[in-house]
Amino acid sequence: MNADIRPIRTPAEQAILASLDAVPAGTDRLADLRRAAARSFEEHGLPHRRVEEWKYTDLRSLMREAVPVAGSAAVAEADARARLLRGVEARRIVIANGAVVPELSDLADLEEGLTLTTLKAAMEAGDEVLSRIGGIVPSRYDASLALNTALSRDGVVITVAPGAKIARPVHVAHVFASAGAAAMYARSLVVVGAGASFTYAESFEGPDGLAYQANSATEFTVGDGAHLDVVRLQEEGASAFHLSTLLFDVGRDSQVHAFTFGLGAAVARTTLYATLSGEDSHVGFNGATLLKGRQHADSTLFLDHQVPGCESRELFKTVLDDNARGVFQGKIVVRQAAQKTDGRMMSRALVLGDEAEMDNKPELEIFADDVQCGHGATCGAIDDELLFYLRARGIPMKEAQSLLVQAFVGEAIETIEHDGLREALVERAEAWLAARA
Amino acid sequence: MPAVQETVDQVRSLDVDQYKYGFFTEIETEKAPKGLTEDTVRFISAKKNEPEWMLEWRLEAFRRWLTMREPDWARVSYPPIDYQDLYYYSAPKRPSELSIDDIDPEILATYAKLGIPLRERDALLGIASGGTKVAVDAVFDSVSVATTFKEELSKAGVIFMPISEAVREHPELVKKYLGSVVPVTDNYFATLNSAVFSDGSFVYVPKGVRCPMELSTYFRINERNTGQFERTLIIADEGAYVSYLEGCTAPQRDENQLHAAVVELVALDDAEIKYSTVQNWYPGDKDGKGGIFNFVTKRGDCRGDRSKISWTQVETGSAITWKYPSCILRGDNSQGEFYSIAISNGRQQVDSGTKMIHLGKNTSSRIISKGIAAGYSDNTYRGLVSAHRKATGARNFTNCDSLLIGDKCGAHTVPYIESKNSSAQFEHEATTSKISDDQLFYCRQRGLDPEEATALIVNGFVKDVLQQLPMEFAVEAQKLIAVSLEGSVG
Repeated sequence: MNADIRPIRTPAEQAILASLDAVPAGTDRLADLRRAAARSFEEHGLPHRRVEEWKYTDLRSLMREAVPVAGSAAVAEADARARLLRGVEARRIVIANGAVVPELSDLADLEEGLTLTTLKAAMEAGDEVLSRIGGIVPSRYDASLALNTALSRDGVVITVAPGAKIARPVHVAHVFASAGAAAMYARSLVVVGAGASFTYAESFEGPDGLAYQANSATEFTVGDGAHLDVVRLQEEGASAFHLSTLLFDVGRDSQVHAFTFGLGAAVARTTLYATLSGEDSHVGFNGATLLKGRQHADSTLFLDHQVPGCESRELFKTVLDDNARGVFQGKIVVRQAAQKTDGRMMSRALVLGDEAEMDNKPELEIFADDVQCGHGATCGAIDDELLFYLRARGIPMKEAQSLLVQAFVGEAIETIEHDGLREALVERAEAWLAARA
Repeated sequence: MPAVQETVDQVRSLDVDQYKYGFFTEIETEKAPKGLTEDTVRFISAKKNEPEWMLEWRLEAFRRWLTMREPDWARVSYPPIDYQDLYYYSAPKRPSELSIDDIDPEILATYAKLGIPLRERDALLGIASGGTKVAVDAVFDSVSVATTFKEELSKAGVIFMPISEAVREHPELVKKYLGSVVPVTDNYFATLNSAVFSDGSFVYVPKGVRCPMELSTYFRINERNTGQFERTLIIADEGAYVSYLEGCTAPQRDENQLHAAVVELVALDDAEIKYSTVQNWYPGDKDGKGGIFNFVTKRGDCRGDRSKISWTQVETGSAITWKYPSCILRGDNSQGEFYSIAISNGRQQVDSGTKMIHLGKNTSSRIISKGIAAGYSDNTYRGLVSAHRKATGARNFTNCDSLLIGDKCGAHTVPYIESKNSSAQFEHEATTSKISDDQLFYCRQRGLDPEEATALIVNGFVKDVLQQLPMEFAVEAQKLIAVSLEGSVG
């Protein structure tokens, strides 16, 4: 059982390796990064349950086959399918099948201090900002990120000038819009200058019944004294595979809040890496996941406190119905230098379905002696007493459950600062509950 | 908040250079040839006059072990162990099983020095002066040298003897239970133990019997270059109760010695087993030279309904600790408990915790773990709580705190919480010391200064763990734990 297992390559790995051949040659830094990522995938392949970070999301067995990389999408189709967050007043960019659709994207009349272009255009222009890509490197090989680095061709590149306060959020809508299953990769970069403030929203969606694969990675570089809000809504099709990575490098005295909301996909994994490299910053990473049927969703966080005096807060809520499986893994590392760190991580799961499963792994790794760190994890069914209280007041069972679930998830959603985005997410949670009843 | 001075002093007094049990006893020994082959296994089996089935069992384990790989997932690092450079069997030459007077006086002196009386009359003297009666099985390197109060126990129907004797005298019990909790193939070190285990204690408490005294085993590694592989098997039959204590020490040497034990507990319907350990193996010197590698597999099986198994451990020794006393809660309404205090100093590495596996209905478990790291040490809590599909109504509460003294050490928490049943309710918390303002206010109002008030509250809090220990150990442990948990981190 402890024998060294080096299994033969699965069909999915073989297919992915074949698509890696298409990684274009080039001599610039990005081309080097891509080749290195492709090589690391060749070496390690898809992670399996013996790889600690993927213990509960065994990609090797979950990803039965890899689908070919998607071609470009028809504009009308992309437009019809990109429905999420439409009601929110925001600058909207549509990425269909991994490529920005200029016809549907609001790239003109940028606010002062905001620079917005596509990754493709930035590469063609040899934009200097691209040197930031690949700046945040996870300590361990991450298959999802490596594939994204090797295979992504487009995405958005946003720069917020120092001191600029951009009130209107930028919403990047990822949509899958092909008739057959395919894979799409998008890579985005957001650079927030010192003292600037910015709100970034991402949404992911696609048709039900199509086993397409979405892989996205977004890197955020947050300057000193800057303020960044990130809101993500993942509502992929019911048969889809969703892998995404968020990377943050946080400077001094800054504020970063990110909220990830997961409702969709057959299998979803979101990995968040945050490096706190400037003193006295505050970060808050919150999330909610609502799952039903046989859905599987994994939220994994790596928080690296490298410098003194930072504060981090995480609150993750998971609601599991039917046979769904939820995973939360969170790791807070406090380095020797990071004295006076204050870190708190909480994961709460509400299990509605008898066959549902929740796996929690909140981890702490602490090397500094003057810190306050804590984590908590709970998992259980709805409190009978609360249900009884509501039912005694004439509220039917399902409705009482809905109310309690809403309150449970609401606590996390409440942390979103932007009114429009918060309301949009509350509305999605209500729709999920309504579909259940 | 950094640790308070009082705590720092207490932990300092346990530092690696303060090790008190590092002496070595000159004694004539008989050893198996160095190295590990099938012949070594046969040698040990023959030494023990074992029946054929036992030898077969060992050989099967040995063959299996050859195909396995050392686990590397724990947060510990050590140079590769050369399994061929060890003695797997070392025993004092003088026969000892006959009577206490035949034991080499050197050994008696050794145990006396460690504070363990092997003569019953000495033990009784201790009782006259206020102690309680404890039956001891003393294991010296590879063999059990003395077991006290055997007769008195057998009057109650309790079997307490070295496992090598039990293999011969109660084969039906050993056959039935040995390897039934920790299978031969369980893990690398357990498999190795299955092949070469030399001695250890065997306890059987029959139906409805409450064991009349505390049972204990005292392990001593003495010989150079030897590994100690003991095996303990405790069975509490329906409605029985037993409390068992275990202590360990070793001489100070600049080589690493391997200790790979297996402990199996079986609790049938309504039975209760309480297992306490004070582990004080030689931890190595200031620079991490020497010390015991403590790679131990301990597991209890709450096989019967309403059974209960409770683990309490105070860990201060060993260069490396790799140990996860676990409970399999198979019976309905069964309970598992784990109370642990692990203190690491110098270059010690601790990776310890527990597993609570809920299989039966309405099972409950409780985990209280406190880790204190000082010097250059690393202290990791690693634990699993899982509820399987049928574990309706499973409950768990976990609380782990850790404290760092100095900025060269590390404290880590790696809990795994897996729930496959919607009615299971799991709570895990790892937080800073939770002294409530109300409590502090209450104490201060009565004239205590903040330090005193804190100490009082913390002591009351730690008592939760302490009161789980039998009297004899509680005194010892009190000293270890008279440390404030002020400024602790999750």
